[in-house]
Amino acid sequence: MSGVGLITIAILILLLPLVSFAANIFFGKKIGRASGILATSILGLVLILSTIVFYFKVFTNFTPTVIGSGNTLIEISNKILQIKFTWIDLQSVHFKVGIGIDNLAAIMLVVVALISFLVHLFSIEYMAGDPRFSRYFAYLGLFTFSMNGIVLANNFLFMYIFWELVGISSYLLIGFWYEKKSAADAGKKAFLVNRVGDLGFFIGIMILYFSYGTLLFDDIFGSIAQGKLPFDSESVLTLAGIFVFCGAIGKSAQFPLHVWLPDAMEGPTPVSALIHAATMVAAGVYLTARVYVMFTASALSFIASIGAITALLAATIALTQVDFKRVLAYSTVSQLGYMIMSLGVGAYTMGFFHLVTHAWFKAALFLASGSVIHAMHHAAHHLGDHHTDPQDIRNMGGLRRTMPWTYRTFLFVTLAISGVPLTSGFLSKDGILAGTLAYAQLTGGWHWLIPIAGFGAAGLTAFYMFRLLIISFHGTPKTEVANHTKENNWIILLPLFVLSILSLWFFYSPNPFDAHQGWFPKAIVQPKSVVPEETQWEFLLINGYNQEKSHGVAERVPHHYLNEFEEAMHHAHYPAMILSLIIAGSGILFAFLFYQFKILNPDTIVKQFPFLYNLSFRKWYFDEIYNATVVAGTVGLAKISALFDLKVIDGLVNGAAWLTRNFGYFVGYFDLYVIDGLVNLVANVTGFFGSMVRYLQTGRVQTYVAFGVFGLILLIYFLL
Amino acid sequence: MGIGITHYVILSAILFCFGLFAIITRKNAVLVLMGVELVLNSANINFLAFARFNQINIEGHIAAIFVIMLAAIEVAVALAIVLNIYQNYKHINVDEIDSLKD
Repeated sequence: MSGVGLITIAILILLLPLVSFAANIFFGKKIGRASGILATSILGLVLILSTIVFYFKVFTNFTPTVIGSGNTLIEISNKILQIKFTWIDLQSVHFKVGIGIDNLAAIMLVVVALISFLVHLFSIEYMAGDPRFSRYFAYLGLFTFSMNGIVLANNFLFMYIFWELVGISSYLLIGFWYEKKSAADAGKKAFLVNRVGDLGFFIGIMILYFSYGTLLFDDIFGSIAQGKLPFDSESVLTLAGIFVFCGAIGKSAQFPLHVWLPDAMEGPTPVSALIHAATMVAAGVYLTARVYVMFTASALSFIASIGAITALLAATIALTQVDFKRVLAYSTVSQLGYMIMSLGVGAYTMGFFHLVTHAWFKAALFLASGSVIHAMHHAAHHLGDHHTDPQDIRNMGGLRRTMPWTYRTFLFVTLAISGVPLTSGFLSKDGILAGTLAYAQLTGGWHWLIPIAGFGAAGLTAFYMFRLLIISFHGTPKTEVANHTKENNWIILLPLFVLSILSLWFFYSPNPFDAHQGWFPKAIVQPKSVVPEETQWEFLLINGYNQEKSHGVAERVPHHYLNEFEEAMHHAHYPAMILSLIIAGSGILFAFLFYQFKILNPDTIVKQFPFLYNLSFRKWYFDEIYNATVVAGTVGLAKISALFDLKVIDGLVNGAAWLTRNFGYFVGYFDLYVIDGLVNLVANVTGFFGSMVRYLQTGRVQTYVAFGVFGLILLIYFLL
Repeated sequence: MGIGITHYVILSAILFCFGLFAIITRKNAVLVLMGVELVLNSANINFLAFARFNQINIEGHIAAIFVIMLAAIEVAVALAIVLNIYQNYKHINVDEIDSLKD
């Protein structure tokens, strides 16, 4: 298919969900339950179109052409198919925008479209009977539209617009059940915390715009490659990169802005699967990958550190949570940290690969949790029990027997997220860990902490995921509600099956132990960095790496490495794999020892280390710290401002009023006595003379004639 | 000593004074009007006298005819006013009509 055709399809992909949104928001009430089916069919169409784009973009070649000139430009090459046009032209200032499809975007389109489609399908059953059924599907449409916008943007302007649009749809969907105070609060929290990150993103964009006068990725990166730096300073370039990355910190829930994501689980569970697990939160990772070429070594170190901290921190919190969805939420935060860390250390391909694999299995985990919660909710409703929390894993247990298919899919995707071989999760996680090892080897020093955090988080992930699985699905039912759960119908199960199957290894690589043999690393090749060579890691430089440097390996092995890092990563592959297998295996083993066989008692450990337990259970006190510092600080500042307003500003205003009033009285008296007196005086004098002259006015014509003649005589006398 | 322009002017002045006297002193509106006629005719005498003794032009005559015509019109209008006054006041005593004062 021609490049222009694919661009046209991409525009359709972008706009169709908007049609779904518009149809449901305006006519949803009228068409009722059909609105869900309508939205799902539109998304089905989007999925088909996305698959077409994906297939042709990734697996076929294009002859490089440039069509059009001036304002509208269509560029087609193997790297990217894109259209650029001037959107706003104010003579001196003009904004060029457009959309572009490269392999990154093509793969992402399929991820978004498939998960969105499955979530739509799932929601038809899950949200049935909700009073705002059609509104829900409208929001989903809005979200899908915005997310596709982020994916297709080839400039910072579109990126930022759609960035904020996914923010608003996330806000709307988290607070969808706004009658619940916790849901409304969670929506607000998510929105506000994201604003903090977006502020940084905005500053980053402004720095780039002031330096280059354009927002197109191509133009900005081209200028940097030519050696033109913002404010002629390498540190400002680093800073700009970090500021842009701030957007990713907010949206991808990285430390220290991760606090919103667990609370976002107040939204409907399919929404958590779509937005807060698989796609929107991955937008931060996508952005980081999209602008990857402009990060300097320092910026990359910053990114890697943030990712490593997030991965480990969130994993420790997930250990002790008791809410089904919250465990998954922290797991999401942790896995996002993995992706960010991977990009930071230079394992670009693996970071994005993990985004894709994680999207499938995390969406499956969330939809499975939705299936469980749905069943629990119905069972509780059936029993007339309104006290049992359907999301608390302490109320579950034994669901393996009542919900066998949900259990099987959940088990499979748990294996995938734990990094067990034959799953996609193993391939991507293994690649990331190899990347961190290679990075630490090549840089040394404190950078060794990054692979340690990575491996630690991998072990913890295996442990807490199996803890969740065992507590909720194994054993005997802990409550009457859990005993009465029933397996859901196929509308709910089908998405689970599809997503689980996609977590098998052979979709990505024929060899279940090495992702590098698959199509993915060929499709997603680390782009050439555009920053000045002296500010980039030497081992990441693509043209700086020659064959002699590779210790003579190049002659013997037909492998052609992109750079020194890739070679080191290749060497670290087997150590990383063995280490991660051991660590993940022991995590799983301990989970079984603790919760299945009860050989070890978690309660005694809690008693031995109450501080550590509380630290994890209270989420490292982040909410408390933020409440005590940021929130209390803001409130305190507001109170001081209010006091200042009350005493000083109001005092000034009142003083001014008092002065004005008294001056007014003074002026009033002056007016009354002096001005009015003068006026009256003039009037009285005039009146007096008037009454004198009045006697002359008799009204008799003859008198007037006499006066006239008299006057005439006087005139003649004086003039002649 | 023949009759010169001085005589005419003096006659005209006397006639004017009579007219003015009548206008100012008479109570009856009709008599006031007659005074007006006297004033106009004194002016006519002046016009004709100057036209006669300067032998220059015909304008004096034309002005006189114009004044006669004007007098006729004036009388017509004035008598109409007098009739209206009579209808409103049932008399035409100029002394007692002082509503112009208001």
